[in-house]
Amino acid sequence: MLQLLSWAALAVTLALPVLYLAGGAPLDAVKTWLLAATVVWFVATPMWMGRR
Amino acid sequence: MAQVHTQAAVIDHTAPGGEYEREPVPDRALLGFKSFVGQYAGEHTAGTELMIGPLFVAAGVSAFDLVAGLLIGNLLAVLSWTFVTAPIATRARLTLYYQLEKICGRQLVTLYNLANGVMFCFLAGSMVTVSATALGVWFGFPMPALNDLYPNSLGWVLAVLSIGALIAIVAAYGYEFVARVANLAAPWLVLVFLAFGFVGLREFMNATGADMRSAADFWHLAETAIWKGGEPLPGQVKFTIWHVLFFAWFCNMAMHIGMSDLTVFRYARRSWYGIASAAGMYLGHFLAWIAASILYALQLHQQPGNTSVLPGPLAYSAVGLTGVLCVIVAGWTTANPTIYRAGLAFQAIFPRSSRYRVTLATGMLAAVAGMFPAVAMRLLDFVALYGMILMPMGAVVFVDFWLLPRLGLRSYFAERAGIRFNWAAGLTWGVTLGVCTWLVLSGRTQIFFVSLPGWFIAALLYIALSLWYQRAHRPAR
Repeated sequence: MLQLLSWAALAVTLALPVLYLAGGAPLDAVKTWLLAATVVWFVATPMWMGRR
Repeated sequence: MAQVHTQAAVIDHTAPGGEYEREPVPDRALLGFKSFVGQYAGEHTAGTELMIGPLFVAAGVSAFDLVAGLLIGNLLAVLSWTFVTAPIATRARLTLYYQLEKICGRQLVTLYNLANGVMFCFLAGSMVTVSATALGVWFGFPMPALNDLYPNSLGWVLAVLSIGALIAIVAAYGYEFVARVANLAAPWLVLVFLAFGFVGLREFMNATGADMRSAADFWHLAETAIWKGGEPLPGQVKFTIWHVLFFAWFCNMAMHIGMSDLTVFRYARRSWYGIASAAGMYLGHFLAWIAASILYALQLHQQPGNTSVLPGPLAYSAVGLTGVLCVIVAGWTTANPTIYRAGLAFQAIFPRSSRYRVTLATGMLAAVAGMFPAVAMRLLDFVALYGMILMPMGAVVFVDFWLLPRLGLRSYFAERAGIRFNWAAGLTWGVTLGVCTWLVLSGRTQIFFVSLPGWFIAALLYIALSLWYQRAHRPAR
């Protein structure tokens, strides 16, 4: 579950700027969601990375 | 660029008391191909990429010169790792320092450590500079301009010293924590760098009214608005395809042709694992440089008078707080192992001093260097100088390993003859640097190119001097 969350955060970090490039999202929303994805990545990933 | 090795690898394998410092790596400790892909991808997406990309634009590079130069130069770098460094690493399986000690003797290696430590300090200083520009976004103090050599405000000095002190303390006492953060941040950093490029491109389309429906549209925008070529900004050297190509090839010269990465590839099962370096070259030294250069070109397009290369504000304008975090994390996580390694190099010179104290002092030295924007703003020149200074010893290792036995001479001569300073290697280093410096200062060649003839000069000198020196100092059989 946590791993899924981490990968989802990375997917958002990649997808939103691509969406912005394609004209499909406003920049303010991209900035907000990028920050949210960053928080999710740095909170969720240490809980599983390197622990297996 | 960067220049330093992945944090975990540094801890495990090259720290004092680490693994196999003075013996070949045994078969049971060898690593698979994927380890090297991850390591190179992480270490070459560093804070300094945010300086290098913009400096290409400041140097008046054109779109074709940039893209073609980076594609070819990075390929040459990958081939250097694969065919110059890795074959020796996987046969000798020794660290560079131990191999050099066998060739050059303890005293000459100490000199090499000093040179390496000083260069690492300046490099770490430029990373501190990059991180400090992120603080400027929040506190709004005046930050250095493109051609500034000295600190230009009290706020800047305090920001650099604060960040430098913090990095130094963490490098000395909390190294493993930052190493874990660095490994954790690596995939996120790569994607945020890509985000800079995508957002910058869209902003360019908005600013110019360009429409992009095909690769041809992108190329038109690239040639006419982003990398327009023409004259460089005042005080900058004009970059052609040759400059870009040689810069991309030689910016990590200390690591491949200079043989620092013998320490990394001694763990590789096969020498072809050298191609793993392509992950770092084409993510960090291609995509990240291009993305960062797009942001700076956008700044110049929107505010032609604002030529400052400040990664913090550039990143903030593109993706907000995530960008500022990216600048801090990228600068911090790469300055950390750089300071650590510089500390190790200095500690080898003063073996009785505490590693913590040496690392702290080294970190503060890097912070003082970081206060002076000259290093970061002249990063292209500094990186070329760094490669030039360490390159001759790479030639010595190469010749010593492959050619001397074929010429009837002895490899690892210092060890065999029991000498502490191999004058053949020492003179090779000194004379090569003297000739290269003369070539640059007399205007015969630029610093970006001089290391290519320099390597051949060093190789020939080492052969000739070894013929003389080994006959004069025959070891007892």
